[in-house]
Amino acid sequence: MKFARVIGTVVATRKYEGMEGIKFLVVQPLDEDRKPKGRPQIAADATAQAGPGELVFMVASREGAQALPEVFVPVDLAITGIVDEVEVDTSRRRDKPTANWIKLGEVD
Amino acid sequence: MYIGKVIGTVVATIKISHLERRKLLLVDQLDLDGQETGEYDIAVDTCQAGPGDTVLVIDEGNGARQVLNLDPGAVRAVIVGVVDEVAVRS
Repeated sequence: MKFARVIGTVVATRKYEGMEGIKFLVVQPLDEDRKPKGRPQIAADATAQAGPGELVFMVASREGAQALPEVFVPVDLAITGIVDEVEVDTSRRRDKPTANWIKLGEVD
Repeated sequence: MYIGKVIGTVVATIKISHLERRKLLLVDQLDLDGQETGEYDIAVDTCQAGPGDTVLVIDEGNGARQVLNLDPGAVRAVIVGVVDEVAVRS
């Protein structure tokens, strides 16, 4: 799942069967520091509670439709949660990994 | 699958039922030198991982649903291992 900011709403009266009652929102995908990354996209709101201005996370591809009441629908991006808090330990960023990292020599 | 580093935690009260009572961690993908790439995922943890840990992440829906015992399940990224050692031939 990735972060996104909700930046608008979409209304479509006529749509494919099974998609009735689904709310569509315009979202701006964000990077891990919650800065905009890439072009805005349209996401189905599986929480049914998201609105413009909110920080959310979303699941992409086939799994987007799995978040909705009717799973066999043409949806490839869905909002699956509204973020309350993100805690990042900045002091540990760029540290060496905890795993033992071994570089093997070249093969002869 | 990829190897990543847990860089933080994500808390959400309002979320879909598939994610209820699941721990969500922010994971940065590592390159073969162990450096962070900036590619990230908000992943469901199944291995009691925590910030700083080097982890193995699956980013595929069917595997995720199997691990979490969900059907349907709107989840892709799942932490399925804590990595002890990586050996790469340069």
